[in-house]
Amino acid sequence: MTSATEQLSATTLLRFATAGSVDDGKSTLVGRLLHDSKSVLTDQLEAVEHASRSRGQEAPDLALLTDGLRAEREQGITIDVAYRYFATARRRFILADTPGHVQYTRNMVTGASTAELAVVLVDARNGVVEQTRRHAAVAALLRVPHVVLAVNKMDLVDYDETVFAAIANEFTGYASALGVPEITAIPISALAGDNVVDPSANMDWYGGPTVLEHLETVPVSHDLTGCHARFPVQYVIRPQTAEHPDYRGYAGQIAAGTFRVGEQVTVLPSGRRSTITGIDLLGRPVDTAWAPQSATLLLADDIDISRGDLLVPSDDAPPTSQDIEATVCHVADRPLTVGQRVLLKHTTRTVKAIVKAIPSRLTLDDLSQHPDPGQLLANDIGRVTVRTAEPLALDPYAQSRRTGSFLLIDPADGTTLTAGMAGEAFTDVTAPTTPADDDAEWDF
Amino acid sequence: MAGGQGAAGAGAQQPEADSPFALSHLDALESEAVHIFREVAGEFERPVILFSGGKDSIVMLHLALKAFAPAAIPFSLLHVDTGHNFPEVLEYRDRTVARHGLRLRIASVQEYIDAGTLRERPDGTRNPLQTVPLTDAIQEHRFDAVFGGGRRDEEKARAKERVFSLRDEFSQWDPRRQRPELWQLYNGRHAPGEHVRVFPLSNWTELDVWQYIARESIELPEIYFAHEREVFSRSGMWLTAGDWGGPRESEPVQTRTVRYRTVGDMSCTGAVDSDATTLDAVIAEIAASRLTERGATRADDKLSEAAMEDRKREGYF
Repeated sequence: MTSATEQLSATTLLRFATAGSVDDGKSTLVGRLLHDSKSVLTDQLEAVEHASRSRGQEAPDLALLTDGLRAEREQGITIDVAYRYFATARRRFILADTPGHVQYTRNMVTGASTAELAVVLVDARNGVVEQTRRHAAVAALLRVPHVVLAVNKMDLVDYDETVFAAIANEFTGYASALGVPEITAIPISALAGDNVVDPSANMDWYGGPTVLEHLETVPVSHDLTGCHARFPVQYVIRPQTAEHPDYRGYAGQIAAGTFRVGEQVTVLPSGRRSTITGIDLLGRPVDTAWAPQSATLLLADDIDISRGDLLVPSDDAPPTSQDIEATVCHVADRPLTVGQRVLLKHTTRTVKAIVKAIPSRLTLDDLSQHPDPGQLLANDIGRVTVRTAEPLALDPYAQSRRTGSFLLIDPADGTTLTAGMAGEAFTDVTAPTTPADDDAEWDF
Repeated sequence: MAGGQGAAGAGAQQPEADSPFALSHLDALESEAVHIFREVAGEFERPVILFSGGKDSIVMLHLALKAFAPAAIPFSLLHVDTGHNFPEVLEYRDRTVARHGLRLRIASVQEYIDAGTLRERPDGTRNPLQTVPLTDAIQEHRFDAVFGGGRRDEEKARAKERVFSLRDEFSQWDPRRQRPELWQLYNGRHAPGEHVRVFPLSNWTELDVWQYIARESIELPEIYFAHEREVFSRSGMWLTAGDWGGPRESEPVQTRTVRYRTVGDMSCTGAVDSDATTLDAVIAEIAASRLTERGATRADDKLSEAAMEDRKREGYF
């Protein structure tokens, strides 16, 4: 194999999401990242130029690169998450391009759920606005490890350092209070190309990385030694062939932490114990495997294990419970109500459940809690308690995005109703407002 | 993330090198695709893999083999044969099926045309005609999950496609009624008669596919590599002369050194000029190309701005 192939394969993958209000220049930023990293190819650009001309626009509308649906092009808005792919010599990127309109909070939640980094765009002329706070809150809620504040349109404020510093300070203070672990603020002009891919000659006071440089160098994998190891069993592999008469492997994707041959594990919810005698990494035996590798575990004892069970280190087993408290984002058009019967999907396990209470609904604008809203509507974020028919082992979402997350599903037609994050999601919310005050603030 | 809140106000840390636990991008994509295969195996009754002998379905099959090793793949294969397929590809298809002891079902566009159920289009393109035999086969065999090798980087309507895409009993795709897809929690619930299209290669790009083929030493049909071929020019593409109806009198045939970037119906899949005879040369060529795979080689996507979206709505992949 030549070095060219090896070099290209040795890169890592970063999944990130963009968020910004309608006129903050998000499409321009995305367009520039794609364009300047040479990820927009000639025929795509020609198609955009053709479509722009036929609409009577003078310049190619880069938003047409990302608005793929008929309805989106007709209305000139993005109505759904789209995924974009681009690469540099150092890294490959999956960009979840999420619509910024408040009506589509669920789309930002969707994009942020798999993102390791979120770019929040702000117009330098307007500074931190309500929508910025919503985006920061969603990034904090979803536990996106890295947040980039891109202060855009610096060309329209004379590349003024004090404007940038004031916005960066305000945002950092707000997002830190929400628990965002790492914030990087970058002054840019997506239109003029300042600090997006190339360093800006107009802002020599800024000594930090460009947006692309930061995306290329931000660490994508966190220290796994501190994570609780979790292995949801997806499927039992039993070849029953002459070559493998007794092979019985538990296939799954490691949700968190590492597993080693020789380690004692406990099966949840049954509580039975065994020892790992082998690990197959897609047909190849290994001594150690870690998240997010898809692996097959072999155990010393022939115990009853099936899809939906969770294998954990015996000395680090989470408690199981039938009562779950969580912060949720309601993603369906029909409401979620107290007393509703649902299915709950957690890792590979789906169980019957009932919504016992909806203690509060969050107002994203000021992070105040509206008590006892009775129901959650589309795009609402709220606190929910759920009783499940069988015990589940959920970690707090703050500790594990994979084993702390779940879906609520309508048992009648399979609609995905609600995205859930177990445990306390916000550590620092302001005191609840009175119901009377709050009625005027329904914003979704 | 070492747990706890930490004092975030102190500012960003210096970027550190990726940890030794970071997966390469190909390992990350492979792990994700395998997870998707196993989810379907765990949750569905009658899944099937669409297999055309093209590079995406070949990679898909390779991943499925790895996902269930050392056991056999718990799925059968389905090929929608347009009747205008490249003979080299059909040969590869049959050889692969035999080698892995798989079960292949074939839905034939030609049979539908012969029976008068489908009518040949004036332009001779059979790609859009695949939808009816495909959806009929899904209903007939009561497949409840249908794996396709579609990638979101192929086309802007596909960029909106979910990994698990629910289709009604008419196989229709409604982009405005898609289920939000969060974390890696794929929702495969469906009513009787409905099915789910599953795209394990959603997050792969053309280059990823080729790099993976090189890394895993996966055999491909030879038409993916540069070879001499009798072709003629139509709509700016090199089409293969053959029984399917080309060339017309005004379209002189010439012999050129070409290869294929995609493999589909002969009437609408164009070859590209190329001297890339090895995987490395192909990868270098794609990395330098200024044209997308579909822009370079597919006539059917040029029919209109929303051609792919419209076909997908009707049940196409």
